[in-house]
Amino acid sequence: MPLTTDRKRQLTTAALVAPAGLWLFVFLVLPFMAMVVFAFGERAPEGGYQAAFTFAQFANLPSRAAAFWNTMMIAPVGAFLCLIVAYPVAYYLSIKSNPKYRLVLVSLVVVPFWTSLLVRTYAWMYILGSRGIPNLLGMIGIEDVRLLNTPGAVLLGIVYGYLPLMIMPIYVSLEKLDRRLLEASADLGAKPVSTFFRITLPLSLPGVMTGVALVIILLLGEYLIPQLLGGGKVFFIGNALVDLFLQSRNWPSGSAIAVTLVVVVVLVLSVAMHIAWKVSGSRQVELV
Amino acid sequence: MTAAPANDIEFRSVTKRYGSVTAVSDINLAVPKGAFVALLGPSGCGKTTCLRMIGGFEQPSEGTVLIDGREMNGVPPYHRPVNMVFQHYALFPHFDVEQNVAYGLKQARPKLAASEISARARQALEMVRLGGFEKRRIHEMSGGQQQRVALARAIVNKPSVLLLDEPLAALDKKLRTAMQIELQTLQSELGITFVLVTHDQEEALSMSDRVCVMNAGRIVQMAKPQDVYDKPADLFVADFVGKTNRIAATVEADGSTLRLSNGTALAAKSGLKPGVATVALRPEAIELTRQAGKDAAGLAGTVTHRIFLGSTAEYQISVDGLGDFLVTADRRSVQESGLVEPGERVVLTFDPGKMHVFPA
Repeated sequence: MPLTTDRKRQLTTAALVAPAGLWLFVFLVLPFMAMVVFAFGERAPEGGYQAAFTFAQFANLPSRAAAFWNTMMIAPVGAFLCLIVAYPVAYYLSIKSNPKYRLVLVSLVVVPFWTSLLVRTYAWMYILGSRGIPNLLGMIGIEDVRLLNTPGAVLLGIVYGYLPLMIMPIYVSLEKLDRRLLEASADLGAKPVSTFFRITLPLSLPGVMTGVALVIILLLGEYLIPQLLGGGKVFFIGNALVDLFLQSRNWPSGSAIAVTLVVVVVLVLSVAMHIAWKVSGSRQVELV
Repeated sequence: MTAAPANDIEFRSVTKRYGSVTAVSDINLAVPKGAFVALLGPSGCGKTTCLRMIGGFEQPSEGTVLIDGREMNGVPPYHRPVNMVFQHYALFPHFDVEQNVAYGLKQARPKLAASEISARARQALEMVRLGGFEKRRIHEMSGGQQQRVALARAIVNKPSVLLLDEPLAALDKKLRTAMQIELQTLQSELGITFVLVTHDQEEALSMSDRVCVMNAGRIVQMAKPQDVYDKPADLFVADFVGKTNRIAATVEADGSTLRLSNGTALAAKSGLKPGVATVALRPEAIELTRQAGKDAAGLAGTVTHRIFLGSTAEYQISVDGLGDFLVTADRRSVQESGLVEPGERVVLTFDPGKMHVFPA
């Protein structure tokens, strides 16, 4: 029997979605379900998981409050700092820069991605470490400056490492911005600053929110930067998870933390995205 | 005390270059107060650049633009007493209708009271017959309604000049005709100067009281719509505004006899420069009759195509020895005998005074 067009279309869609869908199911949905099960279980005496149904792991969450606190503070602050640095760059690239060199400038933003974050973070370790900037400061008489293994160092590493992820979505949303809207605003008497805050910024909010969400999500699981630049003193949830799963082999406790984290993130981000889309309004008008 | 300037807008030898491209070349233009001027020309003729120089989005490379007698070189758009209706409207998608209209009022310094802003925005919306639509989002409005919002937004600040950049281009024909009438009404109500940019000659002729035909960065003719149509300054205007038959001809030594390339001699007005010339003749200036006998005076030819337009019909006629002619015939003039059919032999006659002779 020949296939109808509708049936064919369905099959094509299924074929296109299947690889990614299967991948996500096996490596994301199944593990997450396993984690939810683990989170209500107990630690086996020899480590790992032992079947049970208890809320003990969740009740025990406050013992990891420091890691939660650090993550919940440093991730948004880091994302915010990223935003402060990234917005002017994205604005310059998309609106002020000469279109002739725009592609070159944009690719310069991406070039650091070609080197491993690990290597680049090691470089910062050296720069901030005792033989780096503190050494130079010592030469001009400013002694005992400690930069490495501080929250500041972690923040610096975060802004440095995540900047391109923030610049790109903002750049894209500003690039899409209809320049005639800016002219219309000026025509109606708005000075440049007013135009920026009333037109440019609100209409680039989807890009801003995408960037913030991207950076925060990745930061919540960040392990490398706090490990290298925080020296174990600035402890993230990511570090706590590594500790729980690999060191003390307390899978249920780690799972409870991870599940809680995911729930919090999903809640916070969906509220934030909703607000951003509301403020920036519908973009359908562009199709006219 | 100096007298108020008679012109709202004045261009003094204005040239605009983009790199090596000259978009506008040495233009002089005066738009009197209260006029409705149409800048008409094909795309790339510099009409939009002129409009943008009035709006302040472009600065002239040379020369001066004056608004209300004041030199505007270097003055940014937000300090100019003009407002613009943008092509595709450029409405703010994140504001509702009233917020869009109120935007200009909110920029006023010293600040206006919220109640006054709201009242004036609503009044402007009433003027464009959009009362009751204040809280609609922009994407919920149709093209024609968006057009009105853009108009209301531009007039709410009471500019001395309203600039319109191809405002009707995106509307369908019926709506366009309705808006043409509405724009004219609006202009007489507001009593301010309108400057319209369009590539549509019908729009320019029907709405404005002064048409400024532009080509290749220059003004070719600035005149009343009738004069632009009846007395085109050159072949370009004759061609661009309305339809035209172009006939190759030679002006004889007496300066008044025209010899067409098929040998026909016509008596034109005197004082023409002898030599090769091109004659422009409107399709509706030609009378069409069925060829009765061999002796009929005029140009004989065969009908090749007919386009029936309702009240009129357009004929393409292959004239013996002269090539294709376009003739517009009123229904009435050929009614007794019905429409002329393709293939029929016809004779074209016209008043030689209706010819426009341009030296080559």
